[in-house]
Amino acid sequence: MRREGSAFAGAGAVMMKEFADNLSSTRMRLLELLIFLTGAGAVYATIGEVRDVVGEDPFVFLSIFTAAKAPLPSFVAFLGFFIPIVAIALGFDSVNSEFNHRTMSRVLAQPIYRDALLFGKFLSGLATLAVTLAALWLFVIGLAILLLGLPPSSEEVTRGVVFLVVAIAYGGVWLALAMLFSVAFRSAATAALAALSVWLLFAFFWSMLATLATPLLAPVDPDDVTSVLHTVAVGEGLLRLSPNTLFAETAQAVLDPSTRELGPILSTQLEGAVTAPLPIGQSVALIWPQVTGLVAGFIGLFTIAYVMFQRQEVRA
Amino acid sequence: MSDPVIRAERLTKAYGGAIAVDRLDLTVEAGEVFGLLGPNGAGKTTTILMLLGLTEPTSGRAIVAGFDPLRQPLEVKRRVGYMPDQVGFYDNLSGATNLEYTARLCGVDAKTARPRIEAALERVRLSDAARKPVRAYSRGMRQRLAIAEILMKGATIAILDEPTGGLDPQATREFLDLIRLLSKDGMTILLTSHLLELVQSVCDRVALFNRGRIGLMGRVDELLRDVLGGSHVIRVEASGDGLKQAVERVPGVARVAAADGGLRVEAGGDVRAAVARAIVEAGGNLTMIDAGHASLDDVYSQYFEEMQNAA
Repeated sequence: MRREGSAFAGAGAVMMKEFADNLSSTRMRLLELLIFLTGAGAVYATIGEVRDVVGEDPFVFLSIFTAAKAPLPSFVAFLGFFIPIVAIALGFDSVNSEFNHRTMSRVLAQPIYRDALLFGKFLSGLATLAVTLAALWLFVIGLAILLLGLPPSSEEVTRGVVFLVVAIAYGGVWLALAMLFSVAFRSAATAALAALSVWLLFAFFWSMLATLATPLLAPVDPDDVTSVLHTVAVGEGLLRLSPNTLFAETAQAVLDPSTRELGPILSTQLEGAVTAPLPIGQSVALIWPQVTGLVAGFIGLFTIAYVMFQRQEVRA
Repeated sequence: MSDPVIRAERLTKAYGGAIAVDRLDLTVEAGEVFGLLGPNGAGKTTTILMLLGLTEPTSGRAIVAGFDPLRQPLEVKRRVGYMPDQVGFYDNLSGATNLEYTARLCGVDAKTARPRIEAALERVRLSDAARKPVRAYSRGMRQRLAIAEILMKGATIAILDEPTGGLDPQATREFLDLIRLLSKDGMTILLTSHLLELVQSVCDRVALFNRGRIGLMGRVDELLRDVLGGSHVIRVEASGDGLKQAVERVPGVARVAAADGGLRVEAGGDVRAAVARAIVEAGGNLTMIDAGHASLDDVYSQYFEEMQNAA
């Protein structure tokens, strides 16, 4: 049966209200503080290393993001860790809090469709994430300019922007997941715990599980050399089910132009290869499947949340 | 008379096997205060949600303000103000800001909305608290804020779900006065309550609801007369043997039932004197006799008792 009127009527109003709520919430303040402190720490620690190679590395600016100095991980690793937390913090109570505060039926009694509520909430979360990440990105680059005394080249800026976009897409996956749980569970605490367990699984245990499962799924045949390749491919496939892997690979390819391939490379393939960094177009081509995977992930999760929300009873 | 503003035809909602609302027929005329009365879980809220298009009926149809809530929910919701049971607002925002958000959801721009919000808050006497966060509001203030929202929206129909739920007697009285005021301005009001006696004073017509079905519908005084066979209920406190039979013989008495510590007598007129005489003559000790007013509670319990006995 066809319904009359736009599904997006009111989405803008919802988005602006949620955006204001997000930006002014204590929760966001704390997370921003935490991120900026760790980001600044990571950059400050790596700057010494980076300074030594100024003049040798044509992409010295990008190495700020990727260089790590023990015991601190690199800035990119920090982001891979923190973006999910921020996204989960933004999304885990977005829908169920409306039920718990008994505002849901009152808001839905206004001339809007439920679609608008969910779209508005998701977009506001994504916008908050984008603003936070963009601010952090500018902050790190500014810090690097100050400490290195060098401006970034135009290619470095372009690669940086591509990285920023990928980071937002990565956050979108976790935001969609958190919102899915906020639709599925009426209790905000349950939704938060569920989202955090998924995050824990992918952040810490997934690589272990993949390592354990690969020989079972694709055992190496000692008589067949090509079976080794097959095993490696299966292992990588398993790892790439995790958004964290996709993000890490993308960051590596975008921020380190000397990355030519994300999978195994045979020595025959290296024969006669020109040892020069890849142009940015080629780097983007290299990460295209990963980015597609991330975007598909968040569209898929959002769709599940959307369908569940449409079928939910309004009464609390 | 003009077309009814709310009309439901054989509206049915089933959750799995359980039927929440069963072939409901209902019409509410413009300007009426209509009470949907019944115990919790009788299907009142489900009916309202179907009228607003927030829940899809399993079968049957409804027309609200000339629109089909299923296919044109936005048109319906533009004209209907809804106050849910235990209405909630965003606690961290002020009352006025909450209404501004509603105005934006309704597509009203801030400039047009501001005077409307002020007028609405003035109307429900919340102007002083307008800038305070809702978390500081009492239950009664939240309910009044919900009414302000309906006024601000310019709705012609107000649907109030358990509007007096959880209010103290003073707040309840004030709230009922507010409902009368809205009605006087020509707003059509559909309200639900499980406190029958409380709302019988404000409703023009009521429907008594039980287990998803409307048992009785009509004007309060008509129901009292039709169901109770007379609008006089006399409470008697007396001790002695055979009093019930003695009172039943009094002319005009329709029904006598044993109540705690005495009898409950239903009669066509004021038969207190005759009843008192009958008790004394039968050798009973009469300690009190009181002409209580018949209420919807009596109608309700009697009607559904009869239904249950018949079933």
